[in-house]
Amino acid sequence: MSDATLSFEEAMENFDPVLGFEVHVELNTKTKMFDAAPNEFGDVPNSNTTPVSLGLPGVLPVVNKKAVESAVRLGLALNCSIAPVSHFARKNYFYPDTPKNFQTSQYDEPIAFDGEITIELEDGTPFTIEIERAHMEEDAGKLTHKGGATGRIQGAEFSLVDYNRAGVPLIEIVTKPIVGAGDRAPELARAYVTAIRELVKSLGISDARMERGNVRCDANVSLMPKGAEVFGTRSETKNVNSLRAVERAVRYEIQRHAAVLSSGGSIVQETRHWHEDTRSTTSGRPKSDADDYRYFPEPDLVPVMPDPAWIEQLRAELPEPPAERRKKLKAEWGYSDEEFRDVVNAGVLDEIESTVAAGAGAGAARKWWMGEIARLANVKGVEIAELGVTPAHVVEIESLIGAKTINDKIAKQVIGHIADGEGGPAQIVEARSLAVVSDDGVLITAIDDAMAQMPDVVAKVQGGKVQAVGALIGPVMKATRGQADAGRVRELILEKLGVS
Amino acid sequence: MTQNIVELTAAELAQKLADREITSVEAVQAHLDRISATDGEPLDAGSRSAGRSGLNAFLHVNTEEALTVAAEVDAARDRGEELHELAGVPIAVKDLIVTKGQPTTAASKMLEGWMSPYDGTVTQRLRAARMPMLGKTNLDEFAMGSTTEHSAFGVTRNPWDLSRIPGGSGGGSAAAVASFQAPLALGTDTGGSIRQPAAVTGSVGVKPTYGSVSRYGVIAMASSLDQVGPCSRTVLDSALLHEVVGGHDPQDSTSLTDPATGYAAAARAGAAEGGLKGLRVGVLKDLTGEGFQAGVEQRFREAVELLREAGAEVVEVETPNFRYALGAYYLIMSSEVSSNLAKYDGVRFGRRTLPDDGHLTIERVMAATRAAGFGPEVKRRTILGTYALSAGYYDAYYGSAQKVRTLVQRDFKAAFETCDVLVSPTSPTTAFPLGSVDEHADPMEMYLNDIATIPTNLAGVPAISLPAGLAPEDGLPVGVQFMAPARQDARLYHVGGGLEALLTQANGGPIWKDLPDVVRAVQDLSDANVPGATEGAAR
Amino acid sequence: MSEITRDTVAHLAALAHIEMSEEQLQATAGELQQIVQAVAEVSEVAGDDVPATSHPLPLRNVMREDVVGEPLTAEEALSGAPDAEDGQFKVPAILEED
Repeated sequence: MSDATLSFEEAMENFDPVLGFEVHVELNTKTKMFDAAPNEFGDVPNSNTTPVSLGLPGVLPVVNKKAVESAVRLGLALNCSIAPVSHFARKNYFYPDTPKNFQTSQYDEPIAFDGEITIELEDGTPFTIEIERAHMEEDAGKLTHKGGATGRIQGAEFSLVDYNRAGVPLIEIVTKPIVGAGDRAPELARAYVTAIRELVKSLGISDARMERGNVRCDANVSLMPKGAEVFGTRSETKNVNSLRAVERAVRYEIQRHAAVLSSGGSIVQETRHWHEDTRSTTSGRPKSDADDYRYFPEPDLVPVMPDPAWIEQLRAELPEPPAERRKKLKAEWGYSDEEFRDVVNAGVLDEIESTVAAGAGAGAARKWWMGEIARLANVKGVEIAELGVTPAHVVEIESLIGAKTINDKIAKQVIGHIADGEGGPAQIVEARSLAVVSDDGVLITAIDDAMAQMPDVVAKVQGGKVQAVGALIGPVMKATRGQADAGRVRELILEKLGVS
Repeated sequence: MTQNIVELTAAELAQKLADREITSVEAVQAHLDRISATDGEPLDAGSRSAGRSGLNAFLHVNTEEALTVAAEVDAARDRGEELHELAGVPIAVKDLIVTKGQPTTAASKMLEGWMSPYDGTVTQRLRAARMPMLGKTNLDEFAMGSTTEHSAFGVTRNPWDLSRIPGGSGGGSAAAVASFQAPLALGTDTGGSIRQPAAVTGSVGVKPTYGSVSRYGVIAMASSLDQVGPCSRTVLDSALLHEVVGGHDPQDSTSLTDPATGYAAAARAGAAEGGLKGLRVGVLKDLTGEGFQAGVEQRFREAVELLREAGAEVVEVETPNFRYALGAYYLIMSSEVSSNLAKYDGVRFGRRTLPDDGHLTIERVMAATRAAGFGPEVKRRTILGTYALSAGYYDAYYGSAQKVRTLVQRDFKAAFETCDVLVSPTSPTTAFPLGSVDEHADPMEMYLNDIATIPTNLAGVPAISLPAGLAPEDGLPVGVQFMAPARQDARLYHVGGGLEALLTQANGGPIWKDLPDVVRAVQDLSDANVPGATEGAAR
Repeated sequence: MSEITRDTVAHLAALAHIEMSEEQLQATAGELQQIVQAVAEVSEVAGDDVPATSHPLPLRNVMREDVVGEPLTAEEALSGAPDAEDGQFKVPAILEED
C-alpha cells in the first residue's frame, strides 16, 4: 500500500513547500531531568532508575539545574529571548513507555522563545530560520516489541519496557513555518538539522549522536499552490533519525503531497512514519480526540526564573557560533572551499582544530584525519572520533616523521596499531621496532650487497646515469623492511660511487 | 496497667520512657493489645474488602518491626545513648504514606499487595527518631472522601459511636488516636482529611503550612493541596510530632526551608497563665450560622467566649470569596487527581486486570485495570478532572478555579491584617451515621462537609482542629478550627494549647474522660455481626 | 454550561482509560452534570484582572545539582511489576503506534 508520488520536479512546478521542524536534543547531563538517576546509554535495562523515574506512588520531581543551564545556553545560542518566568506543565496521555502517563514538559511558558539561526546550504548560501521556542522536557522509556516477525509494533504479541531512558533531559526546538525554500527544501532540511547538531555539540550540551537518538527530528511538510499565501494541511513525519533521512523524508513527503493535491485530493493532518528501508512514509494515525493532552501547570514544580545576571554570564561565555568559527578556521588553515567542505562533512573539524592547536601543520592535520584515520574508521564501521586516535597522537606522529624516526608509510601502520589499542605512537614504534634504520653501518652492508648483485646498474650510475640509482635503493629498502630512510640510502650509494 | 499506658499522651509517655518507669517494648505491646482488642475480627475471612468487626482503624499492624524497634530503643537507652525526645513512642501512619517493609495500599484494590521499595521522607524521619510504627491506618480510597466509607477494605468506625463515621479521609488515624490505639498518628490533609476526622472523633489534627512537611513518599491526591500533618489527643503532642516530621526536604520542590522548631514551646506558652492575652482572634462570619448544627454552633461560641475571657480580642471578619472555595476546590482537586492517578495502569506496579473478552491490547488492559482497581468515588473525580482539563473547558473550569484561589488568598490576607488567628467550627456537623450519604443521589452532599476546611488548603495556610466539647443534642465531639498566616504554624500551637487548657479546666478534664468503653462496644458489635465470634472469644 | 451527556462521559472515560458499562456511563453523566452545575459559578467570579494561582506559596527556582544518586537495582525496580521478562517490564501488545 505505497502512496502515489509525483516527481519532485513536477511537484516544484506547481507547489511551494512550507517546512517546520521539531528537533529533540537529549542532554548529556550526569543525571535525569527530574531525579538523580544516572543518564547513561546502553546499561543493563532498568538499572538506571529511581522511584522517581519509574513514577512509583508518592514520588516527586526536582529540576536538574544543569539541564536548565543547558536550555538557557541553547536558547541564547539560538538568539532566543529567555523567559523571565517559565513553568513546567503536564502533558497527559497514556503510553507504557511513559511512567506517570503524563510527560513533564513546558507548554505556554517555555524557557526560550523567538529566536533565529542562520544556516548554510551546500553551496554556502545562507538561510535564516526562525525559532518559535525551545523548551525542556523528559524523554520516555524504550519499548521493544516481541513476538512479531519484524520486531515492529504491528503483529507483536507483547512488548518489553526499559525505563533507563525515562526522564532523560530533552530540549525540544520548534521552528516557525519555513517558507521560500522552494526546490531546495530537502537540502535545507538536512542543513538545518546539521546546524542544530553542530550547535549543541559546540555548546557541549549533548553528545549529538543521531544514531543513538541524541538528536531526533520530526519534520512537518505542507504544500501550497505556487503564489498562494495560505498554508496547506501538514503532515508530521517522525522517526527521521539521520541527516540523510531528513533530506529524503522531506523530499518524499513533498512528492506525496503533490500527488494527492494534484489529483484533487486533500491531505489528512496526521503523523507519518519514515522507513529508511523503503524510503517512504506510512500513515500513523490521524490527529484526533486522543490528542487532547489536557496540559496544566505541573503542581509539583515551582517556576523557573533565571537571574538576569546569570543569563548574561552564560551569554558572555558562549562559544563562537559554528558558522563564524568555520569561517575563521578556513581562513587560518588556508583550505580550499572543497577541502574545507569535505572536512566539515566528515565531522573532523574539532579534531583538526585540536591537532593544529597542539602544534601540527594544518595541511598535515588534514592529511591524516581525512586520509588514513578516516579510511580506517570507515573500514571498521565506527565514527572517526571513536577510533581511539587522538589529536595528540597525530601531533606525535608528525614529530616522529619530522625527526625521521618514521616515514609516512610506517606512520600508517602506527595509526592502525593505535586503533587496536596498543598505546601511543612512540610506544608502538618502540615495541614493534618500527623506527627507520638510521645506522649507516647496517645500510652500507645492504648497499654493498645490492651493488654486488647489480654490477650493471653500478656501471650505469658511474657512467653518469644518476637516475638509475633507484634500482639499487629498492633492494636496500627491501632488506631493511622499509624502515630505511630512502633519501639517506641514495646519499650513501652516490657517496660510495663517488658521484655526488 | 496496659490501660494506663495507652491513656498516656505522647509527651507523658516520652517522659516515662526517659525516666525509665516503663520500657518502649511495654508501651508498644500495650498499644498492640489495644488494637487487637478494639479493631475487631475480619468480617469475611476470604475477602479483605469486608473489613473488620470493630473500629477497623488499621489496614496493617506492624507487630514485629514495632517491637524490634522498641527493643532497640530500650537497649540504646540502657547503654546511655542520647535519644530523640520521642524515641520509643509508637505511632500509626496513614496508609497513603509509603513505607519500606510494610504494605502501602492507599485503601485501594489497585495497590493491594504492593510493597514500596523506598521510604517516604516522613517515614525516614520517624525511623531517624526511632519511633516504632504500629502500622498503617485506614482511609477513603486515595484519600478521596470525608467518611472513610470509601476504603476498599471496609469502613472505619467512630470510637464514640460505632454506628457513625470517623470522618475522612483520615478516619483511621483519627479513630486510632481517639481510641487509645496509638498516642500519635500521621495523616494527610487535602481539603480537611486530618481536621474533619479530628473534629468528629474528639482528637487534635493539624494541617501545617503547605510545604512545611515533605510530600515525598506521600501518595499524591492533589499535589497543590496535599499536606502531611500530625494527629494526636493533645495540642502539645501534635506540636512534638510536627517537629519530628517537618522541615526542609530537597526531594520535594515545594518544601519550605523554614526549620520545624518552636512548636512544642509555643503549645506550652499558650497553655500558660495569661498566654492568650491580647491575641487578636477573628471569627469567620462566613463559616458559621446557616448549615451548621446547633450543638456545633453552641460549643464553638462557648470556646470563643473562653478565649475572650482569657484576654483575647475577638472580632468578626468577612471573607466574601469563601463561598466560591468549595467549587474551586473540587475543580482543582479533581483535575490534579485525574493526572496524579494516571500512573495506576497495571504496568509497573500494583494490580493488573485483563479484560473479560480476552482482547489483550495494553490499552484495554489499562482500562480494565483501572475499572477494576478504582472505586466509584475515585472514578467520579477522575472523570470530573478529565473534563475540567479537557480542551475547550480549561479556561472556564481549571483556569477560573485558579483565579478563585487567588481571591481566597486575598480574603485571608485581608483578614490577617487585623487578626493574629482566625477561628471557625471545623465541620458543620458532628459524626453522622454510616451509610447516610448517598453520593449517587447528590454527589455534592458529602463535599459540603469540607466547607470550613477547604479555604486553608486553597491558600496554603496552616490550621488546627481541637475538641471543643460534646454537642448537647447527640453527645458527640465538636471541633474548633484555628487558622494562621502561612509559615506561622507556631501561632496555631500557641492558641490551640491555650484553648485546650481553658476547656480542660472548664470541663473538669480532657474530652476523652467521656469516651465510652470501646472494647466493650466492639465486643457487643462483634457478637451481633460475626458468626462464631462469641465462641472464638470464649476459647 | 454545556450539558454532560452519556457520550461526553464515554469520551472522558476513554481519555482517562477507565472502562465503563453503559449503565455507569449514564449514571456518571447525571452525577457529573450535578457537580458541574454546583461549581458553575466559579467560572463567573473572577475577571481577567485576577491572576491565576497554581502554587499556594510563591516559591521559585528550586533545583538540584547534577549529581548522581543511588539508583534502584533492576531487581528492586521490577519488584512490584505485574509481569516481567528479561529484566524488563512486560506489557501486552500495543494497539497503535504512539
